This record gives sequence, structure tokens and C-alpha cells, in this order.
Amino acid sequence: MSMLRVQDLGVSIANIYPLSGVSFELERGEIIGIVGESGSGKSLTAMSVMGLLPLIGGQVDHGTIEFDGIELTSISENQYRKLRGGRIGLITQNPMTSLDPLKKIGPQVDDVSRLHLDHDKAQAKARTIELLGDLRIPEPASIYHLYPHQMSGGMKQRIVIAMALAADPDLLIADEPTTALDVTVQAQIIRLLGDLVKQRNLSLVLITHDMSVVAQTCDKVMVMYAGTAIERGGVHDIFNSPSHPYTKALIGCIPHGLSETVRLKGIEGTVPGVAQYPSGCRFHPRCALAEDICKETVPVFETAGSRAAACHFALGTAQ
Amino acid sequence: MTTLLEVGNLSKKFISGGGPFRPVRSMHAVNDVSFSVSVGRVVGVVGESGCGKSTLARLILRLIEPTSGSVQFEDLDLLAQKPKPMRALRARMQMVFQDPYSAIDPRYTIRDAVTEPFDIQGHRYTAKEEDTKTAELLDMVGLSEHLASSYPHQLSGGQKQRVGIARALALNPALLVLDEPTASLDVSVQAQIISLLERLRDELNLTYIFISHDLSLVKYFCDEVLVMYLGRVVEVLPDTEAAARHPYTRTLLDSTFDPDPGLRRTIEPLAGEVPSPFDLPPGCAFAARCPSATGKCSTDLPVLSSDGGHPVACHHPL
Repeated sequence: MSMLRVQDLGVSIANIYPLSGVSFELERGEIIGIVGESGSGKSLTAMSVMGLLPLIGGQVDHGTIEFDGIELTSISENQYRKLRGGRIGLITQNPMTSLDPLKKIGPQVDDVSRLHLDHDKAQAKARTIELLGDLRIPEPASIYHLYPHQMSGGMKQRIVIAMALAADPDLLIADEPTTALDVTVQAQIIRLLGDLVKQRNLSLVLITHDMSVVAQTCDKVMVMYAGTAIERGGVHDIFNSPSHPYTKALIGCIPHGLSETVRLKGIEGTVPGVAQYPSGCRFHPRCALAEDICKETVPVFETAGSRAAACHFALGTAQ
Repeated sequence: MTTLLEVGNLSKKFISGGGPFRPVRSMHAVNDVSFSVSVGRVVGVVGESGCGKSTLARLILRLIEPTSGSVQFEDLDLLAQKPKPMRALRARMQMVFQDPYSAIDPRYTIRDAVTEPFDIQGHRYTAKEEDTKTAELLDMVGLSEHLASSYPHQLSGGQKQRVGIARALALNPALLVLDEPTASLDVSVQAQIISLLERLRDELNLTYIFISHDLSLVKYFCDEVLVMYLGRVVEVLPDTEAAARHPYTRTLLDSTFDPDPGLRRTIEPLAGEVPSPFDLPPGCAFAARCPSATGKCSTDLPVLSSDGGHPVACHHPL
């Protein structure tokens, strides 16, 4: 059974529909990368799985989210509260704002295991200190007593990771965990997440806009554009032979390792906002291969083995 | 090649504290930086946050006054200029800022924004001439002239950054200082902006100083690269193919991921983080994190020595 299985997820906020057509599956011990530019719906996907849509006045409009056999779209808020922070951990983008500035970091981590694992004060503290050590934080027993403002960004992100891990989750969702960090610290955090998945046999949903991070860490990839998934597949397939023209173009935007003769290609135009999603394929106004059918008909996912792309000209002509 | 800009031993020290309960502390944001830029070159400045990249940019344009050192621009001593000639000189050197969302006055139309430099320099144009100028500038950066009457909030981030560039180009500058011009943009838009900058450099014979924390972007875009760590230049890569000689540069390069799942490698991340820029150790600032550090590194400050045209400030270069 899959650890997480999302099928045809759609989200509505009042009467707008910012997310639709998102499907993916994640096994135990796997890392899936969800990539796309800003406004593509990556974070909405994460919020849907975490059941946090009511916070922004939204709800799951259609589709299913199955976590380890539990259908998340139909459970009560009380049941959700037990899962959230318990069996499903969340690592947020900005470590500077995800910790309580008025509270020492140790007790903040303690709260998680006290709530979800019924630890008493002493047990929780011992567990937190052990966890901080596991995350390669030097001198965890003294770090325990620091306030967030006394720590660097990378260290704070480790504390946020410790909070996500404190209740021994099965699934971790990391929403742009390294975007606010410097490259050397990013390398540390990404390495740490990869090691944790192996050691604890976790499943990880890694949300990022950085294709290089995906290439280095993920087993599979889902590419999103303008509120919908457009391609998914194994990481090697996606990078070596992308099927969707957008995926191909996105890889073409990475400046890494290009020579004097190969120049950087951008993608004309910008990602449309929710109110201006184009008809048919949402990428057609920016796509070099677009023809009339792309303007009129929404492409459906064509599956070929473990990979799938939603494009009228995918898997063949696009290559 | 003619030298456009010559920076000599430039330093900037900021003082903080000094209240009744706080001792005075000083930090060297930029420390003894020297380099020169020839016409038509793209010089990259890389480093992690807090290394002094942006302070260096502001010092070069004399937006802040240095504590010591010299800046020669087109053979003029910039720091000796009186306010009036300095303002005239600013037409030749312009800056493109990191955050296009806050760089343009929200109450200005795009036309106001790109013609503001003319007003500041005292050029008086008729409305018609201003229209033509606006259309020319917008066209130069690939924007439609219909946007002239729009306000910044009606534009996307990429379009705003193009306006930022158009504004910087209004007075025909020789030098553009680009302070992380793509850091807040999506990759597809980043690529558009970089191609635009490449085209403009060729068309207008511009010289760029390109500040970034993205080493792969800098390697792609620049002719030579200054690597900064805690206010000092630790290495100058004379071309982007040059192998790193400073352990810090090596680490930075190792920390950038390859966008190819076939080239996966185990990254041995650098231990620790950038130390506080206050009260730096007497030796090499990188010594505490450096894998090849010896006793000498923590006592003697390495100087930027140039042998074989590849300057590096390290006692044990790779």
C-alpha cells in the first residue's frame, strides 16, 4: 500500500479553483519532488495533504488523498489534529518565522512529543536532546536552552526539522526547506533530509523550485504549472527525456554547466495568475509547440510505464 | 583593454552599539578590497549572505562613503568629487537593485519611473520627447510601450525588473552594478533577464559588476569572478573555467548541485556557518571551517597574492 496517494485533487477557495488535476503516489522510503515556478500550486498541494486549507478559506473540491489507507478528505478535524504533527510532519519554508520567538527552542520541540506521544516533561526533554544530536546540532543540551534569535538560519531550520520529527512521523512534507538559506547551508540541510529518509525509512514530499535540488535528492518528480500537474515520472526520465515542453523548457533555464556556445534560454511570458488561467492547455501561450488543439482542449495525462505527461504532443514529438 | 574602474584597498567599517549599556563594536563589512574592471567585461562577485557583496556595490557607486581606500572611475578619483560633478558622473554608473517590487515608487507610472533620471540630471524634455524616450527605453528591454501608463502593481516581477533595467539605462551609463537582479524571480524569468542583459551588453558596450550568491549563474554569465568571505576577497577566478584554489571557493562549488540525476554525489557539507563579522580572528577568517587549516592560518592573515594571474588569499592553496 502506498504511504500517500493523491488522485485528481482539486481545490476551491470561494468560487475560484486554483488547483486541479493533481495525482501522485509515494511509497515508504521514497522522496518525491514537486517542482514548479511560483504560483504553480506546489504549496496548495502541501496544504491540502496537511488539511490546512480552511486556514486560507479553501477546501478540497474533488479528488482523494489517501494516507496509509486513511482517506484524509473525509476525516474529522479532531482526527486530523492527531495526524498533523504526529504521523505527518511539516517543514516550512521560512525558519525565521516558524518558531515562537518568546519561547526557548527546546520546550517548543518538547511540545510535539508531549502532545502526540504522551511523554512527560522529563521524557520529552530527553527525547528532544537526543533528536537535536541526531540532527548534528553541536552541544544539544545547551542549545536546548537558547531562544530562536540566538541561532543562525541554518540552525533554526534544523530545529524546525526536529519539531517535524519529534513524534516519529511516517510522512514528511518539506515546503521549500532551503530557499531562505545560503548554498553551503542548503547543502547541509538537503544532505540531512536525505540521510533521515534512509535511516528512519520515511516518505518525503520535497517541494522546491530548484531543479538541481530535485536532481540530487528525489526518486520521482511531479512538475506543476499554473495550478495543475503537467508531468510526473522517475527522476532520470524527467531529466534525461522530458516529455512535456514545459519540463524541457524549465530544465533549459538552469545555467549550470552551460558552455560558451550553449546560451541560456528563458521561457517567454510569465506564469498566469489564478484569474487568468488560459483555456485548453494552460501552458499554450508560452509553448513553442502549441497548435490550435492546445487552445481548445485540456490535455489529459498520457501514461507510458511509470511516467505520464499532460500534453497533446507529449512522449515523442516533444523529445 | 582600457580600465573603466579601479578599486584600491577599499574598506568600510560600521560602528554599532555605543549606548549606555552597550559597548561600541565595529565590523569590517568590506576589508581591503582591490580590483580593476576593463571596459566590456562582466565581473562577478559571489559569497554568502553577510560577506559584504552589497556593501561593496554601494561603495563602488559611492552611495555610501568608504572608511578608507580609493575608487577610480574613467580615470577620475570618485571620492574627491564635489556633490555637483559627482551627480553628473552618476549618469555614467547605474545600479539595478535586487528587489524590483520595492525599487520603483508605487505611485509612479512606468513612464514616470523611466524618465525620472532625466529630471534628476536636469534634462528638460517636452512631453512628446519624453514619450519617445520612454518608448525607446521600454523597447530596449523588451517591454511594450503600452505599459508606459501602467503602475508597478500591474506588472509581473520580471516586467518590473525590466523597468528597473530601463531606468538604469536611461542616461547611457558605461557601468551597471547589478545587485542580485534575479534573486527574487522565477527561473524562467531569470533566464529571460540574463539573456536581456547579455544582449544589452553587446548592443550598448556596457560593463557589468554582477553580484550574486548563485555560483552556477555567475559562472555562466561572468568573465571573471571575485569570491568574498567576511568582507575580504579570498580569490579571483580569472576565467570561469579556472579551478578553485581557495578551499572556500572549492566548498562553494561543491555545495552547488548538478541538475543531472546521473551525476549524483555525496556532498560533504562544510561544517559550521559563517561566523559573526564582529571581532574577527586575527588570521584567516575561514580558518575555523577550513579542512586544510594549520596553526599559521589562525594567526597570520593571508594576503591576496597573484601568481600566474590567479590571485588567492590562502596559506595553503589547492
